[in-house]
Amino acid sequence: MATSRALLRFLPASLALTLLVGCAQAPQPVHYFAEGKPEKLGDWHLIEARDGKLVTNSGVVPYDLAMPLFSDYAHKFRTVWMPKGTAAKYDAEGAMDFPVGTVLTKTFFYPLPAGASRNDKAVARTYDTTRDFAAGTAAEALDLARLRLIETRVLVRREHGWDAIPYVWNAAQTEAELARTGDAIPLELVDDKQAKEAFTYVVPNENQCASCHDTHVQAKRIEPIGPRARHLNRDYAYASGTENQLDHWAKLGYLSGAPAAAQAPRDADWHDAKAPIADRARAYLDVNCSMCHSPTGPANTTALDLRSANDDLRRLGVCKPPVAAGRGTGDRLLDIVPGKPDDSILIYRITSHEPGVMMPELGRSTTHHEGVELIREWIASMPGNCDA
Amino acid sequence: MRKLIMLVLCALATGCGKEPPPQKSGDDAAFEKALQQQFLDAKPGTVIDIPPGKHALQRVLTLRANGVTVRGAGSDKSVLSFKNQISGPEGMLVYGNDFVIEHLAIEDSKGDGLKINDGTNVTVRDVRVEWTAGPSKDNGAYGIYPVKCKNVLVEDSASIGARDAGIYVGQSQNVVVRRNRAEKNVAGIEIENSIRADVYENTATDNTGGILVFNMPDLTQHGEHARVFKNKVFANNLGNFAAKGTAVASVPAGSGIIVTSNPKVEIFDNDIADNRTANIIVASYFITNFADKKPTEGYDPYPKSIYIHDNRFTGGGDAPDGLDWKALKVSMFGIGGHFPDVLWDGYVDTKSLVDGQYPAEQRICVKNGDVEVLDVDGPNKFANPKVMKDEFHCELPPLAAAELKAP
Repeated sequence: MATSRALLRFLPASLALTLLVGCAQAPQPVHYFAEGKPEKLGDWHLIEARDGKLVTNSGVVPYDLAMPLFSDYAHKFRTVWMPKGTAAKYDAEGAMDFPVGTVLTKTFFYPLPAGASRNDKAVARTYDTTRDFAAGTAAEALDLARLRLIETRVLVRREHGWDAIPYVWNAAQTEAELARTGDAIPLELVDDKQAKEAFTYVVPNENQCASCHDTHVQAKRIEPIGPRARHLNRDYAYASGTENQLDHWAKLGYLSGAPAAAQAPRDADWHDAKAPIADRARAYLDVNCSMCHSPTGPANTTALDLRSANDDLRRLGVCKPPVAAGRGTGDRLLDIVPGKPDDSILIYRITSHEPGVMMPELGRSTTHHEGVELIREWIASMPGNCDA
Repeated sequence: MRKLIMLVLCALATGCGKEPPPQKSGDDAAFEKALQQQFLDAKPGTVIDIPPGKHALQRVLTLRANGVTVRGAGSDKSVLSFKNQISGPEGMLVYGNDFVIEHLAIEDSKGDGLKINDGTNVTVRDVRVEWTAGPSKDNGAYGIYPVKCKNVLVEDSASIGARDAGIYVGQSQNVVVRRNRAEKNVAGIEIENSIRADVYENTATDNTGGILVFNMPDLTQHGEHARVFKNKVFANNLGNFAAKGTAVASVPAGSGIIVTSNPKVEIFDNDIADNRTANIIVASYFITNFADKKPTEGYDPYPKSIYIHDNRFTGGGDAPDGLDWKALKVSMFGIGGHFPDVLWDGYVDTKSLVDGQYPAEQRICVKNGDVEVLDVDGPNKFANPKVMKDEFHCELPPLAAAELKAP
């Protein structure tokens, strides 16, 4: 059984594609580096820019999250790979317990606005992902003619724990180079109506990666944030057909101990207007805030807990005075005032894009307007007040 | 060497002449990249040297290794400037034990200057954190900010211009803050929710409030046990420029030393002068401007076991901040008069009273010559303020010194 699963895992779409285009060279297998920081992303043989596409290697499985972290409107292409014969242990609440040797990648890219060249600063501000993928690959390969690759972050599970390694794509879009100290890239967001917003895209340095991924500040334990059951529990368009990601991982042998997807927790899709506003807002806060604002995260100094699992209203910020906000209060008195988004510090801080005021502190240089609207709507809908 | 050869070749080649000479910003970028790399590579025993000069940085310096020393050539010589910071918000952010930082300055960070999170054995020595434009709404909250640390020594350092607290030790244990200078901050030095802190031989002047010992609800630990002694706390009369909603926004300009809701505080042998609201204020959580008046379970909002003795007072209390306080001062002491040296907000934890008084060990005691206490009658909105002396005449056993335990 294990063998057949392992075999299944290594019959990927990209290999088939490689054969189709008649490439004579057999692709090298994924290389897990047990230590060190390879100079080039390509050294890992996980994903690769080839023939106008960003393709995955054999056994490298793309995935997506119901509620992604906001990163200046960048689109993201995520992959998971595990060594042969290993699997992640399912966890209903936290990150999956991935085996040593697991390598996750997250590639940040932007679609190009109509008529823009990749040498411009212009990138599209859009939620439309339908044009991101190369024809005939479902959602397994990116179409490089229509987008600009910015960076790829590698999270690798080693004996001592997870390491975060940032790579930045070169101008020719052929390779991503190690960028341990991060980077700052001037870009300009262009929306469908040609409205423009210039900003500096900041690639975090290694220690800044840890500032978010260190969800247990005392243990200094870096962990993946996204691949949790509640965020993975949704369909993905694989080349082999659309399927629930948890089910797909289990079928491939990448996940053990998982219930059927229908029994796993599932956070609301924040774009789904039919889902209750509170569910969507809480999913948003969980993904964008709870890596720090949890009982174990670095912001546990503030007594604010924005995990989906928290059901203590005061710790959620309702009628709670700030602790160390400084000018981040925006002269407002409480984190969340039910019914009054404009009186709520939370709204002030997620709207700002100024370091020292904005939340999250890292990872964005622009305002996530749709996210702010979602949280505004949620606070406006909350009953009660803080007058008592 | 290779660089040198390149330069020589360039100088000889005609095409290279079009290249502008390397600009300062380029130098700064190279310096920052190299410095960032040192912070990434640091491991126990690493000493990161900050050379003399003013170095412009764009990004927070984040350290995650234990046992690292960051050392400059002097707090007036090695300057890390974050004036053009794009990512942070802190100037330096440290998650590490056995950390030493000394002899350098951090200027104009967008957020906190130096934040040290969850460290054991932390030494900050001869570090200046400053917002160079002076008090401003654009300044970061805290200058030197160890939080949730154990065994913290902050000495011979300075904080200038913080929009919240200059030297702020939060939720920590075993703390020594000595021989520092705090100027032009909202709160000069603040000990918050900390256990066993000694604050001595510091100078706090030209802040809104000089030295604060605070206990806030909801946090990871409740504070107790602080000794404030041998400090110079004078002329802290700076207009409050904190953001509304922050705890220190409720500090009246002209406050020397403030104790809020914190049990076991001993204030002695200080020189306290010319703080125009009051030289010392002892207050409960209720007198603050916090919108939230319902502190959580397990939190004691009343200051208890407070002992004020043997301080030297001069001036002060003659021009309190805020209309209520001004009116109170004039009505009780006349236009040319002044408040007594100690103000108490008058909130009493009636549940703890035995025969109308706190048990001996929980009392607020003032044994300081002729020094009087003004009960401002906060619970009745200043309706029945009165000057008292004998009511506070008592002694408490001295608190033990804070010890920085060896690793």
